[in-house]
Amino acid sequence: MLRTTGGYWDPVLWIIGFIVIAIIAYIIRGFGRKDYKGGEQLKPYLSGVEEPSKEEVHIRAGNIYWGFMEALKGYYDAMMKIHTGIINDYIAWFVGISALLFIAVFLVEVI
Amino acid sequence: MIYNIPFYTVVALILIGLYAMLFKRNLIKIAIGLTILESGVNLFLITLGYRKEGVAPIYTNLPSGIDVPDKMVLPVPQALTLTSIVIGVAVLALVLSITMMIYRHYGTLDSRKVRRLKE
Amino acid sequence: MNVDWLLEHSPALIIVLPLLAAFLTPIIDKFSKKARNAFVIAVLIIEEILVIFLAHDVFTNGIHIYTMGAANPTETVPAQAAVPIRIVLEVDGMSIFMALISATVSLAAAIYSLAYIEEEKGKGKFYTLLLLVLVGMLGMELTGDMFNMFVFLEVLSIACAALIAYRSHFGDSVEGAFKFLIISSIAALFVLFAIALLYAQYDLLNIAALASAINYTHLDKIALVLLIAAFAMKCGAVPMHFWTPDAYSVAPSSITAMLVAASQASLYALFRVCFTLYGVTLNLATIGAVIIIFGLLSMFVGVTMAIPQKDIKRLMAYHAISQTGYMLLGVGVGLYLLTKPEFSSYGIKAMEGGIFHIINHAMYKGLLFLTAGAIYYRLKTRNLNEMGGLGHSMKYTSIFFIIGALAIAGIPPFNGFASKLLIYEAAYKVSPILSIIAMLVSILTLASFVKVFHSAFMGPKIHDVEEVPKSMLAGMAVLTFVIILFGLFPGWVVSNIVHPAAQALADQAAYIQAVLGG
Repeated sequence: MLRTTGGYWDPVLWIIGFIVIAIIAYIIRGFGRKDYKGGEQLKPYLSGVEEPSKEEVHIRAGNIYWGFMEALKGYYDAMMKIHTGIINDYIAWFVGISALLFIAVFLVEVI
Repeated sequence: MIYNIPFYTVVALILIGLYAMLFKRNLIKIAIGLTILESGVNLFLITLGYRKEGVAPIYTNLPSGIDVPDKMVLPVPQALTLTSIVIGVAVLALVLSITMMIYRHYGTLDSRKVRRLKE
Repeated sequence: MNVDWLLEHSPALIIVLPLLAAFLTPIIDKFSKKARNAFVIAVLIIEEILVIFLAHDVFTNGIHIYTMGAANPTETVPAQAAVPIRIVLEVDGMSIFMALISATVSLAAAIYSLAYIEEEKGKGKFYTLLLLVLVGMLGMELTGDMFNMFVFLEVLSIACAALIAYRSHFGDSVEGAFKFLIISSIAALFVLFAIALLYAQYDLLNIAALASAINYTHLDKIALVLLIAAFAMKCGAVPMHFWTPDAYSVAPSSITAMLVAASQASLYALFRVCFTLYGVTLNLATIGAVIIIFGLLSMFVGVTMAIPQKDIKRLMAYHAISQTGYMLLGVGVGLYLLTKPEFSSYGIKAMEGGIFHIINHAMYKGLLFLTAGAIYYRLKTRNLNEMGGLGHSMKYTSIFFIIGALAIAGIPPFNGFASKLLIYEAAYKVSPILSIIAMLVSILTLASFVKVFHSAFMGPKIHDVEEVPKSMLAGMAVLTFVIILFGLFPGWVVSNIVHPAAQALADQAAYIQAVLGG
């Protein structure tokens, strides 16, 4: 059991709870109709168009979260601009941040 | 003050080294910048150990008429500098050999073109 | 050779054993490949046992001191001198905690490498360098001497750079190695300059002696800035993180897992400098805030940059940056509150969270990089777009991947959840915004691992591949075992391993007293 600032966390209890809930869910599932198997209801609805094979519709990584990146386009454009891949820029960031830290450490004393 | 000249040199060397690493696009020049920066730091270390009219801290090899141990220099800064130089040589050798391999793969040493890894 | 003797000399043995073994490896390699493999694994297992042995002693009896070259290893200050002049290895809770991480990750990486680099050339040198990386990490973590720390930092950098360039027939490998080496060397030179500045004022190199003498002059401040900037860059804090994805993505996967541990050695050095070397003399609010800002930036930029990545290892490398942010946040909150009365109530909890996250991250990120390596081993590509349906044939790898991904996203009951919970709750007390950002980052982490899992393991069977060899699975299993163990018993781990480490970091006086006495 792990004591945190606000309470505690016990994964063993959590797992026991998880199993109990899983059993309850399984029991509730048992109330359902057992004869319901197959049929048109299980197929995806594609307006009568024949379902394409799984190989054709596998979504590749490049297309996932397209919307997210489109929504944050401004942010991502700025980020891509920073990540130039040029070693001189990497060093420039290091020197720049060191300079900022100097200001942070010394300015506090002055004010 | 004449004793401050090494420290000005240290600052100058470090700034020159950083300048080369920041604004020179040739990878070999970046390696040279690194070496100059390192020389600056090494010079700083060795200057710290300087003592006017000091002698090497070897008891069996002392010139006559020397106060022991007042005139002896502390050997620690020298030891640190030697270690640092040795490390610097190893780094430089590795940097140059990697640069050579980069030239073989990319056909250029321009840092703006050696950027297959980005974003 | 009895047990007491072994215990007394174990700090030196821990560093010397892999160092000697590193240079024996190429000789054994000349005679037999199998003997070499057995030798390396045996050395790493002995190393792990030694570290656990010493850890047990440190956690029960407190700080362990070893003076190099002294007749009596606990005699730090020689009779003729007033200050410690020999190199002192000082092993406190935090040091040995980091050493445990380094030794475990190296063992898993070496077991994994047995099959992983089977088809490559120069395997003898590979293992030599692997052992040298371990030496560098352990040296940085166990030493109590600033200059010694610099030397091991350089050993670590050189060995890592050589290993990143191991697949030198690819252009991007050497490019990543070049960037890593230049960045590491410049950081190390800044560290050396800072050490020289400290030495110039106090004529001391020993951390404990320096800590008792330091009085935060202007030169000390310059040294502090140089040290923080250099170590923050070496641990991959945004906005000095650019080398991290470049180096992580091109190194062989087992080495990437070790690079994570190597970055954490720099993180350790950063904490050591802030807490032990400067300690209460610091302007705690400023430096604490600086580290918290580094943490927040790392978390957010790291995870958002991970989402659009198409290279699986590059994606994971950005996550490594993001997770480093959690550690910086947790420990930064601790530093911020160090002298305030709130420290004992939730500052120490925040530090426990940050430190617990270090070991959790080393384990699950190591595991994730190893699974990425397993995919690379079969498909010879890191491009996520070319993957798909691997779950059909690589069942164990996909199970390991799921465990790693759930752990990194902080899903209960895995270990990532426990440490993140500590950080969320403690950071909330400082400012709710910190916790909100931390939770948002956790959600985005899960999102991007869903992407990896979907595109690599799910979907129709595209590639006709087999499961990876057993030794690779064994390497992954070692880390998975630790993840599940830490996930199930976080309370035990925190009170027995993490709390002493956090306490050791916060207790500057005990660290000084152990060397200087009285």
